[in-house]
Amino acid sequence: MPSENGNGEIRIVNVTKRFGDMAAVQDLSLTIPDKGYCCLLGPSGCGKTTILRMIAGHETPTTGEILIGGEPVVGLSPVQRGTAMMFQSYALFPHRSVLDNVAFSLKLRGASKADRHKQARELLTKVRMERFADRLPAQLSGGQQQRVALARALITNPRVLLLDEPLSALDEYLRLRMRGELRRVQKELGITFIHVTHTQLEAIAVADLVVVMAQGRIEQAANAQEIFTAPRNAYVARFMGGQNVLSGTVDSVANGHAIIVDECGVSFSTAIAGEKPGLGSRLFGSIRRDRISVSKALGCTAASDKINSLVGEIHAIEYQGSYVKITIERSSGEEFVANIVDNEFFRDPLDIGDSVVARWSARDVLTLEGTADAKDASMGDAAGVLI
Amino acid sequence: MRQTMAGPRPWTFYVFASFFALFVLFLYGPMTVIYILSFQGPTGGLTFPMRGVSLRWFHALVAAERVGDIDGAFGRSLVLAMIVAVLTVVLSVSAGLAFRRRFAGSGLLFYLAIASLIMPGLFVGLGIAVGFQLLGLDINWYSSSLGAQLTWTLPYGLLIMFAVLGRFNRAYEEAATDLGATPWQRLREVVLPILMPGIIGVALFGFTLSYDEFPRTVLTAGTKNTLPLEIWAMTTNVTSPALFAVGTVTTIISFIAIGIALVSIAVIQRRRTRGTGERI
Repeated sequence: MPSENGNGEIRIVNVTKRFGDMAAVQDLSLTIPDKGYCCLLGPSGCGKTTILRMIAGHETPTTGEILIGGEPVVGLSPVQRGTAMMFQSYALFPHRSVLDNVAFSLKLRGASKADRHKQARELLTKVRMERFADRLPAQLSGGQQQRVALARALITNPRVLLLDEPLSALDEYLRLRMRGELRRVQKELGITFIHVTHTQLEAIAVADLVVVMAQGRIEQAANAQEIFTAPRNAYVARFMGGQNVLSGTVDSVANGHAIIVDECGVSFSTAIAGEKPGLGSRLFGSIRRDRISVSKALGCTAASDKINSLVGEIHAIEYQGSYVKITIERSSGEEFVANIVDNEFFRDPLDIGDSVVARWSARDVLTLEGTADAKDASMGDAAGVLI
Repeated sequence: MRQTMAGPRPWTFYVFASFFALFVLFLYGPMTVIYILSFQGPTGGLTFPMRGVSLRWFHALVAAERVGDIDGAFGRSLVLAMIVAVLTVVLSVSAGLAFRRRFAGSGLLFYLAIASLIMPGLFVGLGIAVGFQLLGLDINWYSSSLGAQLTWTLPYGLLIMFAVLGRFNRAYEEAATDLGATPWQRLREVVLPILMPGIIGVALFGFTLSYDEFPRTVLTAGTKNTLPLEIWAMTTNVTSPALFAVGTVTTIISFIAIGIALVSIAVIQRRRTRGTGERI
């Protein structure tokens, strides 16, 4: 059942939304392609839900323009926009049966009872809820309510479906199952999905386009693989969680590589593309957690005078099934995480409290765009040069 | 839990239990006496002992010998209470929905409305009666008394609506808009049905507050009495157990009203949760 409502491309142009003095969204621009699955990802209060509600027409931008399929939609009703929203709490009407909930919008449009019930039953079959047509919402489990909410939103034949934290009310098992199902439904219908979430793994599991947000701004908008493996800046790298972020000042530049030294004397090398950074300027680098090797520090603990390595004490060891997550506490108090493949770890197991050396290869270091991250900025240029 | 049940009861238990016993005695004791005495035998008086059992005094209420204008007063009170209930529902539901949004002067308006709960009712009635006189209008149970009673029931209705709406999830309204409902359809198809149990509660309050309202009504009812005023008049000039029969009959009517309201709320709730046991 492909959408007949035309192009579901969404363009958000310089949109700002203020609530009183607080700007929930600041001068934000974003294009979501037609038939795309886009996740708006960020911590609570970052403005992701506000954007969703502005696309839906439940909030009006303070300034800026929103276009769906090329037409400006600010001021139009949700039906005129061709959008449908699935609410976080599902908002199923408690006084109507499942069937009447799904048929609700057809009833408003004056469809006959037989007609609207027939269409509603077809959609309920699609989400495998036809057996529950006569139940009331209170008699359904969370996962079943979600399917009904999905069917109710889809009966308007929208070109864009907006999902506000659709999986947050479900338990872990259902969450994993339903996110696959959402993706399947989106492919099948061929319409644009915009899905708001604060869960990183959920976003990268389903989305074509992941938009990482903080404080009303976009930090990075890219496909899932890029967001995870090539975060643009330290915020994205830290938020996505698969990376260790190091920062320091440039000590030397040679052969397209810069040597960076941080305040504890740890040095690492990273590839430099384009402009050469000035000596003493500040750079951020990230290293994937699964590209690090960890071994016991033997004898002298000053083993970290080697480049691309650091020493620390093991603070936590968590077995994750296919890998073991080792959290190393550095002498500065910062944490550094290494994910070691399980059989490699158990060949020579480490213990909490062990002094260890973590090593990595220069080609696994990614140079990040400098951010005025308050935490890093405050550490300033106190870097002591050791080499 | 089980442990505290098994142990000796604290002294506070006996204090509060005695207090509750007194409360029950004060509330239900005199009422029970009145209900019993209304079945007094034909030759019996206003006090014990009972001289036989009869329905004589109930007959006296409707028979030709007429004990005051009981049926007329009852009819007026019933009609007035229904008008008050309807107006209270319409106005407090609208006001409650409006107050969900902060508007200029909303705080002041709220306190102005609530203030009538602490004003002495007798003086509110007196003021309304004097005001009607100044304007050259006749005071009547259906005009001045109606207004006087609304000053009492509307603030109550508004407070109940605040409690009801406090638990109402606005996402229901947004979902309705999202599915194409006009504001009017949204109200009729979604908001009012979901709020219905609370609205029945408001109607019940409006009805019973009006049905036994005295201080605001006594000076504003004009020549024709409502039921509480009629009963008050009877206590001074009727010296038969017919007085008690009035009490028994009006109590039964109050219980019927409450019963209807509770049953309808229960039916609505049951319809929404029917068979929750077979959740899958």
